[in-house]
Amino acid sequence: MAREMWKGNEAIAEAAVRAGLEAYFGYPITPQNEVLEYLSHRMPELGRAFVQAESEPAVINMVYGAACTGARVMTSSSSPGISLMQEGLSYIAGTEVPMVLVNVMRGGPGLGNIAPSQGDYNQICKGGGHGDYHPIVLAPASIQEAVDLMPVAFELAHKYLNICTILIDGSIGQMMEPIQLPEMQPVVRKEYGWAVSGAKGRERHILTSIYLDVPTEEKTNLRLLGRWREAQANEIRYKEYFLDDAEYVVIGFGTAGRIALSAVRAARAQGHKVGLFRPISVNPFPYKRVEELCKQAKSFLVVEMNTGQMLKDVQAAVRNRIPMRFYGRLGGVMPFPDEFIQEIQEMIKNPGKPDDDPADLWYQRMMAR
Amino acid sequence: MQTEVFLAGFGGQGVMFAGQVLSYAAMDAGKEVTWIPSYGPEMRGGTANCTVVIADEEIGSPLVQNPPAAIIMNLPSLDKYESMVKPGGVLIVNSSMVDRDVARNDITWVSVPCNDIAEEAGDKRMANIVATGALLALLPVLSLDDIEAALNAHMPGRHKNLLPKNVDALKRGAEYAKQHVHKAQ
Repeated sequence: MAREMWKGNEAIAEAAVRAGLEAYFGYPITPQNEVLEYLSHRMPELGRAFVQAESEPAVINMVYGAACTGARVMTSSSSPGISLMQEGLSYIAGTEVPMVLVNVMRGGPGLGNIAPSQGDYNQICKGGGHGDYHPIVLAPASIQEAVDLMPVAFELAHKYLNICTILIDGSIGQMMEPIQLPEMQPVVRKEYGWAVSGAKGRERHILTSIYLDVPTEEKTNLRLLGRWREAQANEIRYKEYFLDDAEYVVIGFGTAGRIALSAVRAARAQGHKVGLFRPISVNPFPYKRVEELCKQAKSFLVVEMNTGQMLKDVQAAVRNRIPMRFYGRLGGVMPFPDEFIQEIQEMIKNPGKPDDDPADLWYQRMMAR
Repeated sequence: MQTEVFLAGFGGQGVMFAGQVLSYAAMDAGKEVTWIPSYGPEMRGGTANCTVVIADEEIGSPLVQNPPAAIIMNLPSLDKYESMVKPGGVLIVNSSMVDRDVARNDITWVSVPCNDIAEEAGDKRMANIVATGALLALLPVLSLDDIEAALNAHMPGRHKNLLPKNVDALKRGAEYAKQHVHKAQ
């Protein structure tokens, strides 16, 4: 099939349609508006449900209801809108129903701005809503990767009865790249043992997130944890570049990861043995693979568009075995490859010690500029 | 091989579209390409810019600090971005909207009266296509034929009648640039 130029937000919307999206609920917010706009005509055209709700809390509760029927459902928003959805997301997690969430991150905290950021990593990966749950989070770095991950996101959400989030930022949402869209999949509505899809002729299914009987709630938490452990064992995804002989490894996800690819290529051209590790499943995080990379690497450089949120996950895998360096840009600033190239050169010149605090040293450098 | 082109101007001058035309042509020529717009508050204030990266392999950053090529369609953009062009790079300036020369001599540049040439070619709205022709005359990352094919393949049907005029505008821009270029010293 021929390649076509698509804008990120619209490509994600079309890929969701082709993955069998049956119901979409949304509320406008920049920089993800094109998802909503595109689906507002595309979904009715196919006889599927599209609702622009009155607010994000309304959106997520509509998603909650639709998810209970076993349909493939999705919403999308950007950082402040995602915050408004957190109560509903926790209810969805507690009720063990599947949904796909797209977060096109922007600068924050607060109202912030509409520029690209990765400041929501902790919120999205570590839960966000109240209670003990672990959403699955995939962080594509290009439009093609995002498109390829849309059907995966629905499959994972349904397999693990969980929230699966596609985590991107405004730059991926707004840019255009040539892509190949997947074939249109038919909408499949299975008879799930849990879905409330009409109880005529069978036992009623009850879906709830309220367990006033405390031991039952503990059992529920253990059930969630069991599924999460399965996801941790089976759903690790990442991409590696130039790692075969790499003595230095740059680690970054999403947009920071693709910017790092430019920097790593430039450093290779200068004769440095540098590689790139780009986590795609940021929850579950590829701890084991990062741990393995410690054996070959003299040092790691972690790059993010936040204050070092994923850095904590890398550190949990590295456990002070090798020295690490961190570089982050904040509040919607998109780093240039030149900045990462300089960091790579500095790392090679002075790898530091394993027990150095990379976030602290980065903060000192930022304040000294 | 990778080339980056930065395009800036007022909203309505077609810099976003010119970037997309380059992108479509690059895609159809079998290359990797990214097109990224400024989508922040500045575009609400009337100026617009976008960056196009054309490469033979998977593209990393869609933005670069010092692009080797730029099309600048108005004076505020020239004031803001002139220093950004990589030494040895190429800068196309729309002199219909800019009343000064380029101050640098370490880049190859040309002032092209894009609006006037577009009007001669039949429609002043083609200033962006004139500039694109000028750029490709000095930066052979794609051929004029590639652009013509891309316009033909991706222009909406209702605009297809404008194709010959656009091709003419493209060629006039290229011709003007070849004759008036200031080479980097």
